[in-house]
Amino acid sequence: MFNKEIESMPVDKMKELQLERLKWSIRHAYDNVPFYKKKFEAAGFHPDQFKSLDDMKRVPFLTKQDMRDNYPYGLFAVPLNKVVRVHASSGTTGNATVVGYTKNDVNVFAEVVARSLVSYGVSENDVVQIAYGYGLFTGGLGLHYGSEKLGALTVPMSGGNTPRQLMLMQDFGTTVFCSTPSYALNIADFIEKNMPDFKIESTKLRIGVFGAEPWTEEMRAEIEQRLKIDAYDIYGLSEVIGPGVSAECKEKNGLHVFEDHFYVEIIDPDTGEVLPEGEKGEIVYTSLTKEAFPGIRYRSRDITRLYHDGCSCGRTLVKMDKVTGRSDDMLIIRGVNVFPSQIESVLMGFEGTEPHYQIVVDRKGSMDDIEVMVEVNEKIFSDEIKVMNNLSKNIADRFRSSLGISAKITLVEPQTIPRSEGKAVRVVDKRKGEA
Amino acid sequence: MNVTQLSAFVTNKPGHLQKVLKVLADENINIITLTIAETMDFGILRMIVNDPDKGYKVLKEHNITSSITDVLALEIDDTPGSLYNALDVFAKLNLNIEYMYAFTEKREGKAVMIFRFEDIDSAKKALSDKGYNIVRKIDIIGENK
Ligand SMILES: [Zn+2]
Repeated sequence: MFNKEIESMPVDKMKELQLERLKWSIRHAYDNVPFYKKKFEAAGFHPDQFKSLDDMKRVPFLTKQDMRDNYPYGLFAVPLNKVVRVHASSGTTGNATVVGYTKNDVNVFAEVVARSLVSYGVSENDVVQIAYGYGLFTGGLGLHYGSEKLGALTVPMSGGNTPRQLMLMQDFGTTVFCSTPSYALNIADFIEKNMPDFKIESTKLRIGVFGAEPWTEEMRAEIEQRLKIDAYDIYGLSEVIGPGVSAECKEKNGLHVFEDHFYVEIIDPDTGEVLPEGEKGEIVYTSLTKEAFPGIRYRSRDITRLYHDGCSCGRTLVKMDKVTGRSDDMLIIRGVNVFPSQIESVLMGFEGTEPHYQIVVDRKGSMDDIEVMVEVNEKIFSDEIKVMNNLSKNIADRFRSSLGISAKITLVEPQTIPRSEGKAVRVVDKRKGEA
Repeated sequence: MNVTQLSAFVTNKPGHLQKVLKVLADENINIITLTIAETMDFGILRMIVNDPDKGYKVLKEHNITSSITDVLALEIDDTPGSLYNALDVFAKLNLNIEYMYAFTEKREGKAVMIFRFEDIDSAKKALSDKGYNIVRKIDIIGENK
């Protein structure tokens, strides 16, 4: 463990620490961000009323829309001269959301990423290649500072340029590779297709750290088998801090939440009511130590559950299930829960197939039918039928192995998928309206 | 210079092929020969046109996915067995034909076949060695403006 005292703290003691920090954090937001003051007052809540963890249910929620409405600095709780870094997420609709960090926040961010890396078995002796994008996105810099804090040799490769990734992997003796899970599959495909003589076993690669998009156990199995590594999930949201909110341990069964910095609750997404431990619902985050950008009861829309299972790794931190999608857009196809984001991550493994695709779910008789329409652009077009048919077949195979559903892949002309506000309409559920 | 083929992706539904042909006609691109390979959902239109580069440009401007590829145009005697003989040359040399189609018009009593190879250069060399007449671009589409 990177921070044994915290990560193996008795549960009761952790609750005490959380209560003390929550009082500070709620007061900090109220005193320094007019938005929170107004919101709390409108809900009839005052920080003085906050005496126990049970009072949490009286605190109003913060939504993504609140963040957009306060673009860019409206939710910052310190003067801008105390802010040393910003990150921003583009979001799928509307404004970007901007988050800020003080020097101390940057340290906390590095600390939780370092803890995550240690829980996967990474040490200062490792060579960590970071293939997340560097920039406004929290992935690249987040992993970078965490890896440096741990003392590992950090290779800031950033995303893309697969041949160069593989060259560095060999030449630098990379042992740990960090990227999105779909990029990992992309790399496996690239090796298979273009470098038949490249032996992944000849590299020193042993651990993969994957996050920033939802992925399934099937994808984990495929990545582990094809890249010959142990693949671990790192979870986070830029609105909360970035990657490192929670991390898997060697058990690969649930992610430990670094709850000395982030207080988590599960609520019923429809009623907002707090659910007891073990029940499934929407996870809500409250920052406990963040100075520049406190987040009080942020509704993530991520669906999961929280539990303590006396994990064999020795961490006493609460665990959450791997998040596989967002609450507002889940589809149930033949009894399988499927999120558009998962479909997207399957397609992202095929260069050129995103961003324009559409999923059409329909019911033929008693069976749900899923059709994925992919616009054919120049990158994937070939004058040979064989090549085009192989593309559809490979996509369909990947759907079966990653999501456990068989989908019909239809290749369509560019600009045929309807767009609203310039973006492709991703999901059409023709079953809607049926009981 | 190799003969170049213009290919386009079309949805297999009424009106789609027509749209491609109209775009080309409006820009004065003359189609010398044309063939379609189709599946249930889509077709690949393969054309020899008088100005493939311009054709590619105008299709692109109209959001029609297209590409340009080198193909081999071969003169074959219009007699029984001559296509078989040509294919036999390829088979013996392990040259894989991706697809082929015939030219609509004959040239001086001879048929012209279009072949798409994975490895066009090896095919060209093998055929020249055997005395076949490979039709040049200029013979088919004339002086390119
Ligand atoms: Zn554990």
